[in-house]
Amino acid sequence: MTTEIITDIADAEQGSSLWHDAWLRLRKNRLALAGGIILVGFSLIALLTPWIAPYAYDAQNLELGASPPSAQHWLGTDIFGRDLLTQIMYGGRVSLAVGFVATSVALLIGVTWGAIAGYVGGKVDAVMMRLVDILYALPFMIFIVLLMVVFGRNILLLFLAIGAVEWLTMARIMRGQVQQLRQQEFVEAAISLGLPPRTIIRRHLIPNALGPIIVYTTLTIPSVMLLEAFLSFLGLGIQPPQTSWGLLISYGAETMEEFPWLLIFPGLALTITLFSLNFLGDGLRDALDVRRSKD
Amino acid sequence: MTPIFRRLIPLLLTTSFLTACTGGESNVEIGNREGILHFGNGSEPQGLDPHVVTGVPENKLVRALFEGLAVKNPWTLEPEPGVAQSWDISEDGTVYTFHINPEAKWSNGEPITASDYVWSWNRALHPAMGNQYAYMLFPVVNAEAFARRQVEDFADVGVKALDERTLQVTLNAPTPYFLQLMDHYSTFAVHPETILKHGAMTDRYTKWTRQGNMVNSGPFNLKEWLLNRRIVVEKSDTYWDRDKVRLNGVVYYPTENLVSEERMFRVGQLHSTATVPLDKIPVYQAMDNSPYVQSPYLGTYFYLINTKRKPMNDVRVRKALSLAIDRVKLTDTVLQKSGYPAYSITPPDTLGYNPPKLFDYDPDKARQLLADAGFPDGEGWPEVELIYNTSEDHRKIAVALQQMWKDVLNVHVIISNQEWKVYLDSVDTMNFDIARRGWIGDYVDPNNFLDLYITDGGNNNTGFADPRYDEMILNLAPQAKSREERYRIFYEAETMLMEQMPILPIFTYTNKKLLHPSVRDMPSNLMDSLNLKYVWLDPNWDSNDKMENPQ
Amino acid sequence: MWRFIGIRLLQAIPVILAVITVTFFLVRVAPGGPFSAEKAVLPEVKAALEAQYRLDLPLFQQYTAYLGDLAQGEFGPSFKYPGRSVNELIGAGLPVTAELGFYALLVAVIIGGLAGVIAALKPNTRQDYIPMTVAMIGICMPSFLLGPLLVLIFGIYLDWLPVSGWGDIPGDKILPAITLGSAYAAYIARLSRAGMLEVMSQDYIRTARAKGLPEWQVVVKHGLRGGLIPVVTFLGPAFAGLLAGSFVVETIFQIPGLGRFYVQAAFNRDYTMILGTTVFLSTLIVLFNLLSDILAAWMNPRLRAQFGEQ
Repeated sequence: MTTEIITDIADAEQGSSLWHDAWLRLRKNRLALAGGIILVGFSLIALLTPWIAPYAYDAQNLELGASPPSAQHWLGTDIFGRDLLTQIMYGGRVSLAVGFVATSVALLIGVTWGAIAGYVGGKVDAVMMRLVDILYALPFMIFIVLLMVVFGRNILLLFLAIGAVEWLTMARIMRGQVQQLRQQEFVEAAISLGLPPRTIIRRHLIPNALGPIIVYTTLTIPSVMLLEAFLSFLGLGIQPPQTSWGLLISYGAETMEEFPWLLIFPGLALTITLFSLNFLGDGLRDALDVRRSKD
Repeated sequence: MTPIFRRLIPLLLTTSFLTACTGGESNVEIGNREGILHFGNGSEPQGLDPHVVTGVPENKLVRALFEGLAVKNPWTLEPEPGVAQSWDISEDGTVYTFHINPEAKWSNGEPITASDYVWSWNRALHPAMGNQYAYMLFPVVNAEAFARRQVEDFADVGVKALDERTLQVTLNAPTPYFLQLMDHYSTFAVHPETILKHGAMTDRYTKWTRQGNMVNSGPFNLKEWLLNRRIVVEKSDTYWDRDKVRLNGVVYYPTENLVSEERMFRVGQLHSTATVPLDKIPVYQAMDNSPYVQSPYLGTYFYLINTKRKPMNDVRVRKALSLAIDRVKLTDTVLQKSGYPAYSITPPDTLGYNPPKLFDYDPDKARQLLADAGFPDGEGWPEVELIYNTSEDHRKIAVALQQMWKDVLNVHVIISNQEWKVYLDSVDTMNFDIARRGWIGDYVDPNNFLDLYITDGGNNNTGFADPRYDEMILNLAPQAKSREERYRIFYEAETMLMEQMPILPIFTYTNKKLLHPSVRDMPSNLMDSLNLKYVWLDPNWDSNDKMENPQ
Repeated sequence: MWRFIGIRLLQAIPVILAVITVTFFLVRVAPGGPFSAEKAVLPEVKAALEAQYRLDLPLFQQYTAYLGDLAQGEFGPSFKYPGRSVNELIGAGLPVTAELGFYALLVAVIIGGLAGVIAALKPNTRQDYIPMTVAMIGICMPSFLLGPLLVLIFGIYLDWLPVSGWGDIPGDKILPAITLGSAYAAYIARLSRAGMLEVMSQDYIRTARAKGLPEWQVVVKHGLRGGLIPVVTFLGPAFAGLLAGSFVVETIFQIPGLGRFYVQAAFNRDYTMILGTTVFLSTLIVLFNLLSDILAAWMNPRLRAQFGEQ
């Protein structure tokens, strides 16, 4: 009886104050707020692209070819004479989607896996982490080639495949965090109070490990975006005339001397997104810092 | 002096040392002085065994290290003496007698004999060898039967050593291009004792081609082979025509990345590149005294059509797709004029043969054909997919054609790139609607392109089958009395082929490379055939020098 | 401690065996065989090639034969490079990639670690934003972009450094190391900043401060140890990942390393080479993961105490 009451109180207190306080603190962090606004803006543009894009994404003008920014084409055109702004807008749809979906998949599997392994420990931990080791070591290319061949070409599948690969590091980091937290007084107290492990993991371990998780998440998003570009480049990802920021950058990198705008603008789109993500991630991390909030 | 400064000095020294070094002489400058050619070779060769390897980079290396009985003159592509100083051809064109040059020696000083050739051809054709180019010798009597285990005894194959210096070869039928085949590495002789010293005759996994082990016959010897880094060859002092060889050596670089290769050329690390990125072509073309060299190449870029699948089983659909392609616009824009519009499979002027041109870009007729086939203005067009193997250039071409089809015919063709081995599998099993394909001639003769489309040919991959076509290519053409008659038969057969349109010809390849002006006597030719024994470097080159092409 | 290491090493055996088995069968399911080529191969030639490499045997027999070879330390002959053994190819590529990886991590740790620690000392000030922004550049610039860009600036326009090669021209190792390392610098910066922030808010840091120690001593003596744990956990797998992941940098700079073999083997369906590199890398990954776990345990006083008890 008593233990339940105590946890209920603790939960209630943490539940309301953690997220509310975090939001208050986040609002004060101007950089993080700006990052969040930019991300929301980009996502909105991506959602609305089919309606607001200035040109059709596959409309070519071979005679025009690659042309620098002009009144008709604000960001210039690519070698097929396609409007670059339109390409970037459509590319953003793919890149943002792959970034968020694949990362969410990785986050979900990795955090759960790592938390369980780290918390339970012992033989379960050993088996779970050795499984991670095995997956780490398998030849990734062959794995993707097989997925594509068996299930056909499918963007969603690509997202899942990338997520299924990226969760491994997440699991390792989470496990390390949980192992460390498990030794802390407040977790030991919770254990000694006889709280069920699921509650401890959910209420105490995950919130306290949020910092590193958020940081790693903001690092995972760019790396899955680039992984998508790499796979697409090799013929294992999305198919032309669909495009993504990663692909636009990799094409742009090849002609950086002749047509620099083909590199600069997609590069800017990616860079702005990544910086926004980072500032938002840092802001969130600081805002959610449980211990600091108790100072 | 303070301790911090003392610690900084070595650091400063190293940095200045580094900058000083790269500011110094380039490979090209040193090479010009010492007679060493720095050659961008595209990729790391699979190996150097003439009966094992396939591929262009391998070809360039093997032909520096080994020599054939007759070799192609790089200017005219006519056969000229190699290991054989002369040859006689019988009246009926089926018996070739090669007289081996008494001066022709292996790099260990032993003479090259006719029996070395018999042994080597046994190896090249041996069913256990797995030589992918064994078919180069198939014009020889019983060669194919031996390679396919239908004849057990190699003595039954039409190659005999009449004496140590005379080799007699008997062919199934007159083969006008047979001498050209003697310049292909799969017909080269290898040194029997060396191979047996390092393993069995038909072993692929053997170390006889390593530096120090290799015994070879060409103008250059293997000096250094650093995996994925460089291969160095040096002038041979046992080669029979050594007085003509002007280079002291060649360094081959596995320049896999085109962009990096172009940069290596720009900073003077290379005399010559394997290719040029498409986007750089206009930049180089605009230069005065441009190092950019482009010339026709014996190869055609085309799309295969699976004639067994709907809707492409209708010849009108195939023609509509072909007539809707504006090849001139494609080659002018996307390809930067580095390809010539093609309207048939055989490249123009293949040893005097010119293919028929039955059609041109014609959007109205294309639309009409498609409507006749039951798809007026693209209505009811099913899902059709075009596959190509992963490559920037293939992508660009596919994207442009996709749009042309959409603009002209209002049909949507899905394009998808496949990883190389998946693509090969798809083509081989005809698991595609339309597939990108290229064919580079092994020898200069229309036959090399036209025999692709005989019924169930290994490289047919379209389902095209016509017994009259087979008859013309397999029987009538080889029996032709004259070159004119033979070409007339080919022309007729090719007309039949293009009327059925199982392939969409797109463009004729060119050879393109960057060549430093100091490189002399390295002419471009239809086969991209390089004979290093003529090449030399002019240390006193002038930036006004243009690549000359003296005959 | 020794028991822990022993157990982990024992656990590594089934891990590696599982990797071998899965990979062995995985590569054979992938479409397109090692000997498919653009120009059709005669059936007799294909059969001969398969016979030379034991591919004509029943699958399970191929598997046991492979395990037999492996037990003797033989990875077998490469299919793509007929005159070479996989052992030889790995032997040629490994030292190069290991050296490249080492320099790259050095670059990453110096840039990233410094940026992260400096940033964590005064979070949300200019001292935080500037170093972190610098470190971030690496992650916004994938190596297929940063590499060619550095070459263009330092190799061609300034003509200070060679544009490609490895150990041929002095200074040709600098650009590849920076290109490869900068991607990791951002990771390390982020991880060390987060780790340091975490640690600097701990009670024992406050105690140390209360004792009147100068701030830099608090940071170096007490902060770094705990704060860099996430970095250490990251470094182990990162180094092993570097060996496999240096493909792009190796291609751009024409470096004769292992990364190219690893990726190209998959594309060539060079079965023995895929297996060889995978087995080799999986062993390394297991070892490096173990190493980073040991290091992390050693750096974490509480976990260390736990090992002591065992």
